[in-house]
Amino acid sequence: MTTLNQLTVADAAAKLANRECSSEDLVAAVLASIAQHDQQVGAYLTVDAESALAQSRAADAARAGGDIRPLLGIPVGMKDLLNVQGQPCTCASKILKGYVAPYDATAVAKLRAAGAVILGRLNMDEFAMGGSTENSAYQQTRNPWDLSRVPGGSSGGSAAAVAADEALATLGSDTGGSIRQPAGFCGCVGLKPTYGRVSRYGLTAFASSLDQIGPLTKTVRDSALLLGAISGRDPHDSTSLDAPVPDYAALLGGDLKGLRLGLPKEYFIDGLDAEVEAKVRAAVDQCRALGAEIVEISLPHSKYAVAVYYIIATAEASANLARFDGVRYGLRVDGEDPIDQYGKTRAAGFGQEVKRRIILGTYVLSSGYHDAYYLRAQKVRTLIRRDFDTAFEKCDAILTPVAPTAAYQFGEKISDPLKMYLGDIFTIPVNLAGICGVSVPCGFTSEKLPVGLHIVGPALREDVILKIGHAYEQSTPWHKVKPEIRGQKSEVSGQ
Amino acid sequence: MNSPDKIDVRYVAHLARMHLGDDEVARLQPQLEQIVGYVRQLDELNVDGIEPTAHAIPVQNVFRSDDVRPCLDHDAVMRNAPQAREGQFIVPKIIE
Amino acid sequence: MNYVANVGLEVHVQLRTKTKIFCGCPTTFGAPPNTHVCPVCLGYPGAMPAMNSEAIRLTVLSGLMLGCKINPYSKMDRKNYYYPDMPKNYQISQYDQPLCLGGGIEITRPDGTKKTIRLTRIHIEEDVGKNMHFAASSGIDFNRAGTPLMEIVTEPDMAGADEAMAFLEALKEILAYGGISDVNLEEGNMRCDVNSSVRPAGQETLGTKTELKNMNTFKGVHRALSYEIARQIADVEKGTRIRQETRRWDDLAGITLTMRSKEEAHDYRYFPEPDLLPIVLSQAQIDEWAQVLPELPEQRRARMVRDYGIPEYDAGVLSADQDIANYFEATAKLAQSAKAASNWIMTTVLAKLTELHLTIGEVKITPAQLAGLINLVEAKTINIPTAKEVFELMFAQGGDAAAIVQAKGLAQVSDTGAIEKFVDEAIAANAKTVADYKGGKEAALKALIGQVMKLSKGKANPGLVNDLLKRKLS
Repeated sequence: MTTLNQLTVADAAAKLANRECSSEDLVAAVLASIAQHDQQVGAYLTVDAESALAQSRAADAARAGGDIRPLLGIPVGMKDLLNVQGQPCTCASKILKGYVAPYDATAVAKLRAAGAVILGRLNMDEFAMGGSTENSAYQQTRNPWDLSRVPGGSSGGSAAAVAADEALATLGSDTGGSIRQPAGFCGCVGLKPTYGRVSRYGLTAFASSLDQIGPLTKTVRDSALLLGAISGRDPHDSTSLDAPVPDYAALLGGDLKGLRLGLPKEYFIDGLDAEVEAKVRAAVDQCRALGAEIVEISLPHSKYAVAVYYIIATAEASANLARFDGVRYGLRVDGEDPIDQYGKTRAAGFGQEVKRRIILGTYVLSSGYHDAYYLRAQKVRTLIRRDFDTAFEKCDAILTPVAPTAAYQFGEKISDPLKMYLGDIFTIPVNLAGICGVSVPCGFTSEKLPVGLHIVGPALREDVILKIGHAYEQSTPWHKVKPEIRGQKSEVSGQ
Repeated sequence: MNSPDKIDVRYVAHLARMHLGDDEVARLQPQLEQIVGYVRQLDELNVDGIEPTAHAIPVQNVFRSDDVRPCLDHDAVMRNAPQAREGQFIVPKIIE
Repeated sequence: MNYVANVGLEVHVQLRTKTKIFCGCPTTFGAPPNTHVCPVCLGYPGAMPAMNSEAIRLTVLSGLMLGCKINPYSKMDRKNYYYPDMPKNYQISQYDQPLCLGGGIEITRPDGTKKTIRLTRIHIEEDVGKNMHFAASSGIDFNRAGTPLMEIVTEPDMAGADEAMAFLEALKEILAYGGISDVNLEEGNMRCDVNSSVRPAGQETLGTKTELKNMNTFKGVHRALSYEIARQIADVEKGTRIRQETRRWDDLAGITLTMRSKEEAHDYRYFPEPDLLPIVLSQAQIDEWAQVLPELPEQRRARMVRDYGIPEYDAGVLSADQDIANYFEATAKLAQSAKAASNWIMTTVLAKLTELHLTIGEVKITPAQLAGLINLVEAKTINIPTAKEVFELMFAQGGDAAAIVQAKGLAQVSDTGAIEKFVDEAIAANAKTVADYKGGKEAALKALIGQVMKLSKGKANPGLVNDLLKRKLS
């Protein structure tokens, strides 16, 4: 028996439209699920139940008045770095303790405009720096498929909440894989849109030239629905693209005939877990069976992507995080003079990984090193972009693993930053090139841990990767498998 | 440029206005040098004549018109202030 | 030994926009602290800048007026440094691709000779907030943070305080002409950093320079530079090495001092602002803006001399303020004598403005009305003393000169018959004065003219009176 919190966005919207349930019922079911499971999962940092219920009642009233907006009354959870007016926004950092956002991020405002209920704030790696959500200053988030394992990161809370049916859908952000990798680890669908597709206004910046907001959902269709709602040009974000927003959900359907899918020969590398590789290769075969033509491509500079990323992302972060100084908002530790106050506030407010990256980013920009590191990295970024341009002359989309392994144990990589960084090897090049990618469940390891298939498309061709993801998803059972958070695992009755 | 650079962690931390304890410096030093050693693999590429990428999108001239928009409510702004006086944000005395 | 000074300026000019450079907060001066602020100019998490197009247009216009090359490709960069008045702890500025390159301003030295001061570049950036000091702490007001600034950087071409002052005056005049800035110094619309060095005459290489930060009056710049150059020369003579440093002008004490807080070396870690896209200006766009390029003060002076035949001195006085120059031209176009228009404005009108603390815009008498008054004098309908009387009335309430003259019966009497009557009367009544004149006292004639004017109630044409008296007494 499917409870309301287990519904997909599309199914919930249909039930609401048919008056089979109210938004208040839906939100109440989600709140109940949070109350039941979040002690163990730890996806949410805060939940303002009162506000969510008030919004749901307003949505129900609007529907009674004839409002038929597609997301009316659908609750959506927010990664803790998205500003929501009147709510805290800590970015899972102590340095933003006490800060109350006075404005809505554009993506949040667009969801509101589409009728959605804004629900709860989701745990993450501090300032989105990390791949396991272990870098949260507040709490651990556990993978609903195996509570001894990480949910991935940095949008670990956003992924775990969807996987545990503590949310119908959530928003995350992706700078080097932070939506796709936790989606892969938690067995949900995570979309990193093209750079500029979704406004970044109100998304606390980690690396401004790489960050992008995207949805984490139970199905590809839901991903399409949310993407359509949050996309578009925003005068507050100069880098948001002035391109039409198609009805992504309407473009789903059909097989993969006529599509050419590229397999990068460099991506099936040493360090890629054998089980993960087997699942991804099986998914490739399935796409072929659905009519796609599989072609070999080359992305020769991708092996430099992690190095480029850790220069550019940390350089930008070192400036983006300079504003946290205890003067206008957030944590403040008193000092003798302003410099001393900054030093103490930032020492107390930032965690180890954030400090590590701020220092690295400051170093690569500093006098005498700027050209050797930062400028060189920007040039190699050009080479990585060109690789994709060339590849997309031969194919419509690219298939790769999302991550080299499935979800790992707590503490496994946290002490070795470089090892942790290499976990993003398949997702980082997409951010550097500014193109789009989606993670779709493609099976389970022998330990019953989800594996993700990474589908990468050219700039603004979210329609293509969603179509491929949808065709693949609908031809496989993986998206219907639910974790049993209390230990036993069961399959939800479906077909 | 081939040997990994010795990073003056304290100096860099000062540029970034972060006090670091001795234990933190001791922990960060080898980690940072390992990462910097790793990113040095970029040196093997010839990037002569390659344009740097600062933006991933080929867009230019995005402007806003000179129109006034509402400001934030002063009280809401000051509620976020760790310390305030007479409508101003308070910091330790600035010496010029 | 003789020393030569080299002075270079970095002038920050507040652009005349309605809103800040990256957000829609107003730039109006004098609001209560932290009321003209929003997430963008407060550096809130997630806020992003959006470029004000007017800031770009005004800067390019300045570049065109100052003879700069407009950079076809320009970009914004982040300049990283921590200061409490800087919301993001980086300033969005321009590093290696400013909007304008080169250019220059011709100044007139105190001895009247001309010299061109070369410009290095002009770039745009955001202003910081304002610090106020309490006894044990400092307060920050971010209303000014994000105000659009244009920074004009010169070559070290000025030889001292006088030339620096002349440069600033000339720059101020040009910027006012172009409507680029309100150039209101009291409101901090124009502030500058002053670099200076000294070297023995004949030595080619420049000496070590010092920088005076944040000067906000021209007089202050002059005093500070005079002091600083003398200090440097004295140090060099003593054999003390000049340190490259930032110094502060203490206006009260009249000395420059080493700045404590800026001692440490800066490492600004510039990199391209990822949140703002490049600015690419086509020649067509530049040409379009150039079409509305205002005339420069220098050009206007030359044209006023040429078109109106007024002396260079008059043109200089009248063009110092654009509105007064406009007023003059409007008057001169309608007046029969441009020189008379110049005289009236330079003496009578400007004196009134000073006396009553008015601007030309607040004056009730329009150029057309003033021209009407001038033309009555030119036509000898009224004489100068009457005209001054009429001017007072017009200045108070405006109005048409001819109408006032008619209503008050002030028109000059040029009818020989009527004047002859007054002349005869005056001769008859002043026998002694007549005798004096006939005895050779020329001054006596003036007294007789005065008597005639009195009899005519001031309306007699003084020229005619003079002629008639002379004829009758000869």
